Amino acid sequence: MSPYVAFGDPIFGIWNWLDVVVRTVLLVTVMTVVVMYLIYGERKVVARMQQRLGPMRTGPYGLWQSFADAIKLVGKEDIRPTGADRWVFESAPFATFIPVLMVLVTLPFAENWGVRNLALGMFFVFAVLGLNIVGIMMAGLGSGNKYALLGGVRAAAQMISYEIPLVLSLLAVAMVAGAHATGDNALNLNVISTLQEDRPFIVLQPLAFLIFFTAMLSELHRAPFDIPVAESEIVGGYFVEYSGIRWSMFQLTEYAAMWAFSIFGSIVFLGGWEWPGGQDIGWGWQLALTLGKSFFLILVIFWVRTTVPRLRIDQLMNFCWKVLLPMSIVQIIANGFILVYEWPEELLTVTSGIGAVVLIAIIITRALRRPKQSLVGAYRQVQVPVR
Amino acid sequence: MSIWPEERTYTHADGFETVDMTINIGPQHPATHGVFRMVLTVDGEMVVDCEPYIGYLHRGLEKLTENNDYRQAMGFWDRTDYLAGMACEGAYCMAVEKLAGIEVPERAEYIRVMLMELSRINSHFMFLGAFGADVGSFGTSFVYAWRERERIYDLFEEVTGDRMFPTYFRPGGVAMDLPENFEPRVRWLLGSIRQGIEDLDRLLTGNEIFVERCTGLSPLATDRAINMGVTGPVLRATGLPWDLRKAEPYSIYPRIAFDIPTGRQGDIFDRYFVRLAEMYQSARIVEQCLEQIEPGLVLNPKLPKNLRIDNGECYVRNEGTKGEYGVYALARGGNKPYRMKLRSPSFCNLAGLREMVVGNYVADAIIILGSLDIVLGEVDK
Repeated sequence: MSPYVAFGDPIFGIWNWLDVVVRTVLLVTVMTVVVMYLIYGERKVVARMQQRLGPMRTGPYGLWQSFADAIKLVGKEDIRPTGADRWVFESAPFATFIPVLMVLVTLPFAENWGVRNLALGMFFVFAVLGLNIVGIMMAGLGSGNKYALLGGVRAAAQMISYEIPLVLSLLAVAMVAGAHATGDNALNLNVISTLQEDRPFIVLQPLAFLIFFTAMLSELHRAPFDIPVAESEIVGGYFVEYSGIRWSMFQLTEYAAMWAFSIFGSIVFLGGWEWPGGQDIGWGWQLALTLGKSFFLILVIFWVRTTVPRLRIDQLMNFCWKVLLPMSIVQIIANGFILVYEWPEELLTVTSGIGAVVLIAIIITRALRRPKQSLVGAYRQVQVPVR
Repeated sequence: MSIWPEERTYTHADGFETVDMTINIGPQHPATHGVFRMVLTVDGEMVVDCEPYIGYLHRGLEKLTENNDYRQAMGFWDRTDYLAGMACEGAYCMAVEKLAGIEVPERAEYIRVMLMELSRINSHFMFLGAFGADVGSFGTSFVYAWRERERIYDLFEEVTGDRMFPTYFRPGGVAMDLPENFEPRVRWLLGSIRQGIEDLDRLLTGNEIFVERCTGLSPLATDRAINMGVTGPVLRATGLPWDLRKAEPYSIYPRIAFDIPTGRQGDIFDRYFVRLAEMYQSARIVEQCLEQIEPGLVLNPKLPKNLRIDNGECYVRNEGTKGEYGVYALARGGNKPYRMKLRSPSFCNLAGLREMVVGNYVADAIIILGSLDIVLGEVDK
């Protein structure tokens, strides 16, 4: 098996290595513009939900606001605190950005249309995303700031917990894909999307999608899991000491990761560029469809962010280890029985659907119950010191 | 004395040594509602000690009052609790009136009570909005609360000419009569306020995460609360219906029917909910005032041009938005008070902060501070 399957011929008929460089540069350029408009879009969406206007002054409807911000950020002084560990501090933004770029390089945006088509694309995405935390910990430790330290450590704890349900939920999808794929290329993202021409995998695995989406919010440090960057507690967390271009690298990383994740989610769960009917519609429409699905996911992320408060770190861990992890394991076991004994495919929908309903029901019943009294004792472990 | 608490080292059984970390929160921090500063000593995420520092907004208000005559000093007092300026003016005026024996016309009393209750609603809206932001909702509660606050401020501007610091009350009444469209305007405003409270109620109380964060957190027993001098909604959340408007009725409150909402165990959720319920009661009070108010004088016509008080001493307390707002005044002749003293509820409520915070997570320390609803203008005077 070759390490990657090429996406057709190199563009412009140039050498293969140069082709990679050209495509990556194009991707990074597009990504930067997309990130700018994601920031603009978030501000507009949040403003709409909060009865405000959002940016209106820079250009028509404030369309150039992000460009203006970017120029301002590039022009700002790059400050390094005296207590900071110089090289760790200065290289941390790049260490967080590179894994996200590596994910983007793997993703197909339309059929056979991307930078590189890896045979183990999904596996590669898992492997690389985990590296993100290295940069965050570098920023947390290297800043010489206690808020940053807390943020970095919180991010690491959160990451370790939520990586597991994330991977397990994707494993469930990979099982389904493996049962349908011909040959051993079920982890190739291009193939996974092509397999969904009849029905997207969200129909077969709604529970896995819910778990994936929740874990994705946590990986991206978005509300209600924005504990590492909690603005009202540790004022930005690990990037609190950064300014100017390095701060904007963190911002770029955050939104690029959001974009990458939602494209990944739309390819794996929502069928990527495939219409539910499965016609061949040409790469332009395919690209539009993939991006449209990913922007829908991003819109949901913004929407969630506007409405929910933040969890506390122990509640976050409880939710991960006591709810999401068992449910994803049950999902995998159910999938295993159904796929090994070749029971009808509808059973996948039924079992996973029941799981999804249970998960939503748990959340809704807890939200609807009367506020329960007395959790006393769970807190109060430390005595008040006597002065 | 160092401004940092001493670092404490713990030696564990296996010879491993750990040092507690101190985190400075404030005076410039989004969650401290002003320029409050606290130094938390944390063991991981757990707070083991908390040291509050105040005084960053100290303006010498009491001393300023002693150096200005009784009417000039009014402007300093609505800058104590700047979220509810009218309530502070009311307390100051009551103190001066008691000292000088000035009578207030009935219409002026009604106007005062209405504006004071609207101020209370205003202040509690600020609490709901800021508390939602403390718990972590991305400014949504804040903006929704701000919508109603803007409308209340617009009304204040129409009535008094100023939004935040009206200086509208006078010893012996209020500065001028109400505008003609006051009643329909306030009725519309009350509808809007009720809608706003309901919106915030559904946004916050209807949210699983919010309830989970607040319920059972840092419960306060009634006897502890009384010993620490905690008053206001924080005391009422512990289950004690102690409200000076009922306990020591002043102004026209005896003629008005309203309830005192109380909590059950004094946790953060109860404090939040008591304030929410209080806003409905304040709206009820304003409505009753609108029905009972009659035309008449708004300022005592027999007031001297230059207010001089020979000898006297009094302590007047009213139910401010944060708790018992007490004004002590001592006159020894002349047109200035000899001594003024403010018993500010926010400052006294802060006495309980350390006991409430210790043993909780850092994230909870923030919302515990938020639940006390301090106003730094009042803490630092």
